Amino acid sequence: MIPDLGKYGFEVVSAYAVSIVLLLAIIGLSWRQSVKQRRALETAEARRHG
Amino acid sequence: MIALLLRDLRLATRAGGGFGLGLVFFLIVVVLVPFGVGPETAILSKIASGILWVAALLAALLSLDRIFALDFEDGALTLIATAPIPLEAVGLAKATAHWLTTGLPLTIAAPVLGVLLQLPANGYSFVALTLLLGTPALSMIGTFGAALTVGIRRGGLLLSLLVLPLYIPTLIFGAEAARRGTAGLDATTPLLMLAGITAGSIALLPFATAAVLRINLR
Amino acid sequence: MSLWEYANPKKFMGWTGPVLPWAFGAAGVCLAVGLFWGFFLTPDDYRQGSTVKIIYLHVPSALMAINAWMMMLVASLIWLVRRHHVSALAAKAAAPVGITMTLIALMTGAIWGQPMWGTYWAWDPRLTSFLILFLFYLGYMALWAAIDDPDTAADLTSVLCIVGSVFALLSRYAVNFWNQGLHQGASLSLDKEENVSDVFFFPLLVCIAGFVLLFVALVLLRTRTEIRARRLRALQLREVRT
Repeated sequence: MIPDLGKYGFEVVSAYAVSIVLLLAIIGLSWRQSVKQRRALETAEARRHG
Repeated sequence: MIALLLRDLRLATRAGGGFGLGLVFFLIVVVLVPFGVGPETAILSKIASGILWVAALLAALLSLDRIFALDFEDGALTLIATAPIPLEAVGLAKATAHWLTTGLPLTIAAPVLGVLLQLPANGYSFVALTLLLGTPALSMIGTFGAALTVGIRRGGLLLSLLVLPLYIPTLIFGAEAARRGTAGLDATTPLLMLAGITAGSIALLPFATAAVLRINLR
Repeated sequence: MSLWEYANPKKFMGWTGPVLPWAFGAAGVCLAVGLFWGFFLTPDDYRQGSTVKIIYLHVPSALMAINAWMMMLVASLIWLVRRHHVSALAAKAAAPVGITMTLIALMTGAIWGQPMWGTYWAWDPRLTSFLILFLFYLGYMALWAAIDDPDTAADLTSVLCIVGSVFALLSRYAVNFWNQGLHQGASLSLDKEENVSDVFFFPLLVCIAGFVLLFVALVLLRTRTEIRARRLRALQLREVRT
């Protein structure tokens, strides 16, 4: 599955792992904030109209 | 503008004005460094000029939040802003006052403290010269930072966070010129760059300071 | 119709809503293809061994770290000149993405530096510049977080971004002067001899496209969040008043 990375295997894999974790973190954070804000706004709009 | 400058100088030198605190801080940092890195003369004399620069920079940082905060709290800043002088001049006067009460004393004190750090003999003039050239830029950049954070309660820590990255170019060229001069190398290029940064800061940053003050006083 | 109309908050919400899934989708496809290609299908470099594969993360993230700051600078200028709220919010939205890119570039660089240069950290000009850029991002975000009034915050951070850009550029030259580097010259110019070879180049291009698309998608998403937050704030103020 994983190609032969020679003696630097650990470095390469850890670089990929660190980057993917960081990317997922920023995506997840942005997503959560977006959902939270949308819900809050919807309840506020509903209160205003209802 | 001169009246404002004189007023700030009087306020700073009065009891509780904070004049001298920066100097004492400078002294303490310089005394602490040998405790941290060990008392060997060879190491100390090698890093002396750099330590003097970093310590002077931190000492200048210490008194920045006083530049505008007190005037902002008691409303004097609003009065100054409505006075018939441009805010750009106010920024420049404030920076000058800050330099006269911290930058200049630090420059004078640095060679004296150099003795404690085993600064080599030909380094004294270079440390004094680079600080003389560089500290006006530190004051001007700091005034901009102080204007930026004037409306924020407990903005002191934020001020340091904003101003320190802006100090990097000044520090690099200043310390590099001092280091090269101390080591007997040619220091013309960093000296010119240092002078350029100071001149550029004094020419341009008053406008940014005034713009930021206007936003904060809106 | 003027281009500026797309910056009206309501219009912005209108056109970004449908675009967003496509942007995320395209970014996902590009990143998946590019990283898979880079990780599994490229040969080892004769000098760097398999560590050459780190380039597919390091170069795109470093590019985006700088481009994100440039985008914030442009957005700040637009806000100061034309007072488009979306522009200020987009600058705010881009900062956390930019700092993440900076962090990825720094960390992959450190991991790559350990076997290649024998140390995780060297005070190499480019590394140092990125560390300084990281500090600038931190200061910018801290200033946004510290001010309550949104318009004042937008104004002050815009001025900070402009002044900061000048000083960041100065730092770049200062750092170059202060220490000669370990980095190789340009690896991505079109006419240089030292250009990386095609085997590495095409997956790299795909990865760069993926990072650009991901940045765009994230900034759009975050800007939408900021617009909603602003609207919520306005609604709450109105409720308190009545």
